[in-house]
Amino acid sequence: MEQASLNAKKLKVRYFDIDENPSEHYLNAEKGLKSWLLTVDHKRIGLMYLASVILFFFVGGVLAVVLRTELFTPTENLMNADTYNRIFTLHGAIMVFLFIIPSIPAALGNFLLPMMLGAKDVAFPRLNLASFYIYSVGAIFALISLAVNPIDTGWTFYTPYSIQTGSAVILITLGVFIMGFSSILTGMNFIVTIHKLRAPGLTWGKLPLFIWAMYATSIIQVLATPVLAITLGLLIMERFLGIGIFDPALGGDPVLYQHFFWFYSHPAVYIMIVPAFGVISEVISTFSRKTIFGYWAIAMSSLAIAFIGSLVWGHHMFVSGQSELSTVVFSFLTFFVGIPTGIKIFNWLATMYKGSIDMKTPMLYAMIFLFLFTIGGVTGIMLGAISVNVHLHDTYYVVAHFHYVMMGGTVMAFLAGIHFWWPKMTGKMYSEFWGRIAAVIIFIGFNVTFLPQFIMGSQGMPRRYFNYIEQFQSMHQLSTIGSYLLGIGFLIIGAYLLHSLFRGEKASSNPFGSRTLDWMTSSPPAHHNFNYTPVVYNGPYDFHKPIADFTIGIAGSDEHHGHGETVKADKAEA
Amino acid sequence: MEYLTNFFLPSAESTYATQVDALFHFINIVSLILLVGITFAIVYFSIKYRRKSQEDTTPVITHNTTLEVTWTVIPLILILIVFGWGFKDFVEMRTPPGDAYEVHVTAYSFGWDFEYPNGVVSANTLYVPEQTPIRLLMRARENDVLHSFFVPQFRLKQDLIPNRVTTAWFEAKRTGEFVYFCTEYCGAGHSIMNGLVKVLSQEDFDAWLEEEAGRDLDALPLAELGRITFTSAGCAGCHSLDGSSRVGPTFQGLYMAERQFTDGTSRIADEEYLLESIIYPQRQINVGYPNNMPTFYGDTLSERELAGLVEFIKELQ
Ligand code: HEC
Ligand SMILES: [Cu+2]
Repeated sequence: MEQASLNAKKLKVRYFDIDENPSEHYLNAEKGLKSWLLTVDHKRIGLMYLASVILFFFVGGVLAVVLRTELFTPTENLMNADTYNRIFTLHGAIMVFLFIIPSIPAALGNFLLPMMLGAKDVAFPRLNLASFYIYSVGAIFALISLAVNPIDTGWTFYTPYSIQTGSAVILITLGVFIMGFSSILTGMNFIVTIHKLRAPGLTWGKLPLFIWAMYATSIIQVLATPVLAITLGLLIMERFLGIGIFDPALGGDPVLYQHFFWFYSHPAVYIMIVPAFGVISEVISTFSRKTIFGYWAIAMSSLAIAFIGSLVWGHHMFVSGQSELSTVVFSFLTFFVGIPTGIKIFNWLATMYKGSIDMKTPMLYAMIFLFLFTIGGVTGIMLGAISVNVHLHDTYYVVAHFHYVMMGGTVMAFLAGIHFWWPKMTGKMYSEFWGRIAAVIIFIGFNVTFLPQFIMGSQGMPRRYFNYIEQFQSMHQLSTIGSYLLGIGFLIIGAYLLHSLFRGEKASSNPFGSRTLDWMTSSPPAHHNFNYTPVVYNGPYDFHKPIADFTIGIAGSDEHHGHGETVKADKAEA
Repeated sequence: MEYLTNFFLPSAESTYATQVDALFHFINIVSLILLVGITFAIVYFSIKYRRKSQEDTTPVITHNTTLEVTWTVIPLILILIVFGWGFKDFVEMRTPPGDAYEVHVTAYSFGWDFEYPNGVVSANTLYVPEQTPIRLLMRARENDVLHSFFVPQFRLKQDLIPNRVTTAWFEAKRTGEFVYFCTEYCGAGHSIMNGLVKVLSQEDFDAWLEEEAGRDLDALPLAELGRITFTSAGCAGCHSLDGSSRVGPTFQGLYMAERQFTDGTSRIADEEYLLESIIYPQRQINVGYPNNMPTFYGDTLSERELAGLVEFIKELQ
């Protein structure tokens, strides 16, 4: 400490009172539609993403319920096979590309990242707005393809089927291609912001774990997404110009397509789940009111997952006709993703030990996350074992597994995050009573929907089946009923959140007693986040220190900040 | 116990199936222990350490090296076991004995041909002798898409690719009928692209093979030939005989019915129409159906087979 402070610049800091009744904040700083559409405020952009992803989640969810209804009987009852194939493709494509990839990183990430860093905005605010519009253009392409001739290839666009089918594959791949750029730009923006715009005193070791998670995610986004763009570009060229790359009829290789596709899409799984880890770390420490256990282990395991996760794409292809040697190597590497993931789970549990646990809605979702995600993880180990994978590949077991990870993991963390930061984003409290009711319904509905899918999958029920043999009917029906329950749960959430938006109780600046910078400003935050330059000399999880120690800074919001010097704080006034 | 394993997995009917199952159960048991432990911790901590007052203070515990090493090393050992186990069995699943009986498999949208060493071809049903290693040499038809051959009870799955041969092998432990599925999504008929593996005793299999080889298709009456062609050419994948809609319309009651087309015209389904819609399916598209019937039947089927199909459809009143 003494040593460090020798080189430290002396800063004159003081305590700031947080305005509990802000008359001016980012939501009313400017008015009118234009002020939203042309905003460069990361918070507003975050909210626009949030609105878009919620819209797409709703659409994808309705499609899922339609699919489950069709599957209630072994044969046709609502639609024909063609329509069914289109709907499951749209469900997958919308949920993956339009909902889950941008969900936590773009919506919550945009809103929170600069605030957690004590910055006024991201490093490139205009680029940030451009990302949103690129995402929108991509989404519009996808929607046009829907109107023209919805695709029926599955969200994976496997060749040669995607080259031969009559549907508008090019439009939607073009859409996904464009959205990729949005993902890359957001990733770049976040990386630069984290490096350059940390508040004085916010060293790497004091970053909230959500930031570490976003950092790892951004790296994957920047490195892996270009491969998707290349793959889709080649696909489009092949369809348009008849160049043989993936289509065996033209001398191409469909297995090569699968390598390319999963080279992106497997790391993309970590784009979807790593941000969720970040949310869970924040929620568990806050609601346990306890220092996070194993800060560095959690931070570094995100990076480790990002790294190892880039080397395991071949585990989607054990029976595809790839060489046996690659199968063995990919299986071996796959298991190593399990280690850092397990470490995180144990660290979170250890954080709860001897904590002061308040089971509010966000914490409830975090606990649901732990349970469901553990199931998603261990069934991933099951699928990594080559011999067993041969049996389970492309069955409902896989469907259940990735829903436990993506929905049980990411969506539950997303829900935890939305409830947790709802007061900060809107300045209103949600209904704790209804929040818990909905969480319980969703938990039950989720398991009723997807547990039977594990069983029928291991019994041999293949995925993407419009018809099925009667043996599987009871499991399918159970699953369908579960999906209705899930739907009800989400409708309840929609209802009470809307209610809170208009009628909700006013939220205080820090209703849950967190210690990170995003809570050290009013709810909703000021136009430029803080009316002073925050100075950090405590850790993000120092729950043993009084909250007042966290609200220090330098007067004047126009102060240039972003230097990472060590701070010797002079507590000038109280 | 038996009941429990049957609840999770279909009966194990190939020689290597039991080994695969052992690993499946091992992972499930270890996972269950882990899940119960974690759930217990969640519930126990949530109750024992629930917030009692807003003034609660908590100890500062930043890490614990022993604990952290434990929960890194134990999973590490476990995953190495699981990897090695899966690897060992995979080697066996991929290494057919040298004397295996070979069957060539061709998949197309939406059906399967199985060709035996003496030239006999069976459509959509694979016949094999019991307790004999069978090696499958598989490919998807040229210009077709990917398919995958999956027999749950054998724990066998392998993709089929156009212009490439992939292989798989199994040895059925006993006689019986086992369902197989296509597990690589291939379009509208994907979910009806299934059939049976019929495992026969060696004598029955030899007898079947001989009978098939001796069958003179040219001597059959037209309608009878049509019935056989209906399955062997793969029409059954898209057309039913019982009035239900599949990818395409049913053949039941089709003859002399009035058909409505997407261009607004209509026509009576007489012999000429039937023949035309088999050879040039894209000329007139039935309302409510996709335009995806293969266009190669005019080239791949003989005159007699085509005539047979028409006669066969006429009989389905
Ligand atoms: C890939 C699926 C598919 C396969 C395989 C297929 N068909 Fe079709 N078939 C269709 C579809 C779809 C239609 C309806 C659209 C149209 O009129 O072309 C149709 C229409 C027909 C019709 C006109 C029926 C009517 O109601 O007017 C006949 C006759 C027919 N097929 C015969 C056959 C025969 C014989 C075979 C096997 C040699 C066969 N099809 C194989 C999909 C298929
Ligand atoms: Cu198929």
